[in-house]
Amino acid sequence: MVCDVCKDGDAVIQLTEIEGTGVRLLHLCERCAAERGVETTAAAPKPQITDFLQSVHQAMQATQGDAARCAFCSSTFRDFRATGRLGCAHCYDAFEKSMRDLLRRVHGNSRHIGRRYEPPASTAVPDGGTANELRDRLRRAIDAEQFELAADIRDRLREME
Amino acid sequence: MLDLSLLPDGGVSWLDASGGYSDIVISTRIRLARNLEGYAFSGRARDGERLRILSQVQQAMSGVSDLRHGAMLRVDELPPEDRLLLHERHLVSRELAGLDPQRPVRSGAAVYLTRGTSIMVNEEDHLRIQSIHSGLRIAEAFNSVEGLDSDLGERVPYAFHAEFGFLTACPTNAGTGLRASVLIHLPGLVLTKEIGKVLAGLQQVGLTYRGLYGEGSEVVGNFFQLSNQTTLGRTEAELLDYLRRVVTHVIEREEEARKVLLRDAGYIIEDKLWRAYGTLRYARSLTFDEMMSYLSSVRLAVGLKLITDLSVYTLNKLLIFSQSAHLAHAEGRELTTSEANLARARYIRGILADDTGSTR
Repeated sequence: MVCDVCKDGDAVIQLTEIEGTGVRLLHLCERCAAERGVETTAAAPKPQITDFLQSVHQAMQATQGDAARCAFCSSTFRDFRATGRLGCAHCYDAFEKSMRDLLRRVHGNSRHIGRRYEPPASTAVPDGGTANELRDRLRRAIDAEQFELAADIRDRLREME
Repeated sequence: MLDLSLLPDGGVSWLDASGGYSDIVISTRIRLARNLEGYAFSGRARDGERLRILSQVQQAMSGVSDLRHGAMLRVDELPPEDRLLLHERHLVSRELAGLDPQRPVRSGAAVYLTRGTSIMVNEEDHLRIQSIHSGLRIAEAFNSVEGLDSDLGERVPYAFHAEFGFLTACPTNAGTGLRASVLIHLPGLVLTKEIGKVLAGLQQVGLTYRGLYGEGSEVVGNFFQLSNQTTLGRTEAELLDYLRRVVTHVIEREEEARKVLLRDAGYIIEDKLWRAYGTLRYARSLTFDEMMSYLSSVRLAVGLKLITDLSVYTLNKLLIFSQSAHLAHAEGRELTTSEANLARARYIRGILADDTGSTR
């Protein structure tokens, strides 16, 4: 079916207009529908991630530099800024000031008041991590060319073994 | 080929239209995002790390009674058509299924499925515990995930921060890790052009909306997912109560819009809806978007009681089983786009004929 207005595009939207007591039915192509301000296309989700990344950028400027690095996963704040995702739970501490600022911008608050949680005692990770965890950290540090950090982790692994 | 009939209830008990306002609200979904202490988040973790996460989770799950009768699927070991099938059934996210060419499926990606509840492993976060219920059932859906979350949290250590709460890969989920979404059908608000105002209002009060398949998906067939945008700084109960109140208000607005349509445009609306029904009942080829648009009209006609011999359950089933991977699954082979359009029209004719007891 062709569009009732431009007689050219494919009609994809059926619009029922109510004016006073009269009603009329229009078949519209996407462009003519948009010109009439029909909300169906406008209702497509907006990329909220753009706003979010802007907040990330502002948080970064407000507090610390791009090069700040998490010692656990070797991610930098620049990595986070590029992807919008953190590398690990320790990044929240590594970039603490920026994260607090960002969480306030995103959620209006940075203090969790919901369910509290205590990890099970039997599975608590010993200070400094297990050998497997240290090996993962060592590989990531090497990948990120963090050789000083890698040497430090290697020494701790040797001590453990 | 994956046999989903082996899953408890096929994984889609939420289609049964048993919940509140089921002609307007299709389902309520609640998910909790959790990560295990001691590993990088899934996107940053190495292959071996993700496999160890899965193995630690598997060990913990064996002790959780709710999960003993469920099934575990290694999503990373499934072919693309089966991963798409799981996604179409809303059992796994697009990310876990690895459907974007830029983001292929991750090693260690898995899903646990039990009645109405599922746990995705190695999604954006290590664990996504979710529950889908029919209709508007926010409290029930939350109860389903809450127990599972506590049981699991006693067996594996979650990443938790005294100030920021549960830690997640994306800070938009931190704190409670709770996202509650209601899949709602709003044709009345779209037809009366009120929808723009309603959606803008939602964003002002801290809620957000998405399409049928969640984050990043298009709105088709006037189906919207309304959900909380903030997850931190409020308790779980506050977040849920707030969403419930706003959704109840949106339902009232939708009901008013439907009354206005019937009052001011009665015969035109009636004609439009019956034409949509006629098309679904007799068309020989239907694209998915086209079908969704007609299905939206027929659903409205059922809600307005213009069509009385069709159940909401049948309409819900059509939403899921008329998607491409489901049609290919039913035919037992891959389908080209035009073959899928033919198969879709044939499937819908069959279902509508069965439901109304008439000929095909």
